[in-house]
Amino acid sequence: MMKARVHVMLKTGVLDPQGEAVRHALGAMGFDSVTGVRQGKVIDLDLAEGATEADVTEMCEKLLANTVIESYAIEMG
Amino acid sequence: MRAAVVVFPGSNCDRDLAVAFEQAGFDVSMVWHKDTGLPENIDIVGVPGGFSFGDYLRCGAIAAQSPICQSVVDHTKRGGYAIGVCNGFQVLTETGILPGALLRNAGLKYICKTVPLKVETSNSAFTEGYNAGDVIGIPIAHHDGNYFADAETVAMLQGEDRVAFTYEDNPNGSVGDIAGILSENRRVLGMMPHPERAADLGHGGTDGTALFRALAGVLTPA
Repeated sequence: MMKARVHVMLKTGVLDPQGEAVRHALGAMGFDSVTGVRQGKVIDLDLAEGATEADVTEMCEKLLANTVIESYAIEMG
Repeated sequence: MRAAVVVFPGSNCDRDLAVAFEQAGFDVSMVWHKDTGLPENIDIVGVPGGFSFGDYLRCGAIAAQSPICQSVVDHTKRGGYAIGVCNGFQVLTETGILPGALLRNAGLKYICKTVPLKVETSNSAFTEGYNAGDVIGIPIAHHDGNYFADAETVAMLQGEDRVAFTYEDNPNGSVGDIAGILSENRRVLGMMPHPERAADLGHGGTDGTALFRALAGVLTPA
């Protein structure tokens, strides 16, 4: 079976309040080395034989990511 | 006048929206998300608030792909009127009918309270019952109401007088304090606050009534 992993992240410049809350919490715990946190999603797809990266790209464009606010990256394999 | 209110699994303001339309004089049809067509001769489509499809993936994302939403897109492309409230606004942005997107509230908390909204334009079928500059009290109830669009899009909305409402005291981080926007032809309104929850004395406020009454006046066949 083929697999694909899709990473979805808020675009640079789009406020990520959840990531900012995690950064704040890490700082409060004493992890002073953390200067920024961005939180995203990982979506694993099980694919039938013959599915292509172009298919997954179309899925990202139409549903998995909202390209107004999010960027995505695809790993096939 | 005929209105259709779309119902998704997880919608919870559909009946409130229907009542607000009815009290303004509309005949209302409820339309299920699996229906592929809207009833004929519909004057306006309402996309209600709630948590369509559990807000899975992104608020409104799954609903935007449901069969009925293609009919809503087609209806607006023909110049039909539509209003999306709260989750309905999120659905309308996910379909691309309205620009931008709704992000998690900047303060990360779900907020449910009546807030002061400034009417930015009276130049639409939705807002002509108000005067630009009026401040009205309308409830918000959302976790993801933080309106975002790139600077170019925001400038376009402001330049074309397409910002319908702004928050007087921005509760959620929305860019430009934007609470509601209009489509290019001014016939589609998306807004996070709930005018249908301020449309009856029993609600504790009636500042939303003018929106539905104005629609009824504009859409009445001459």
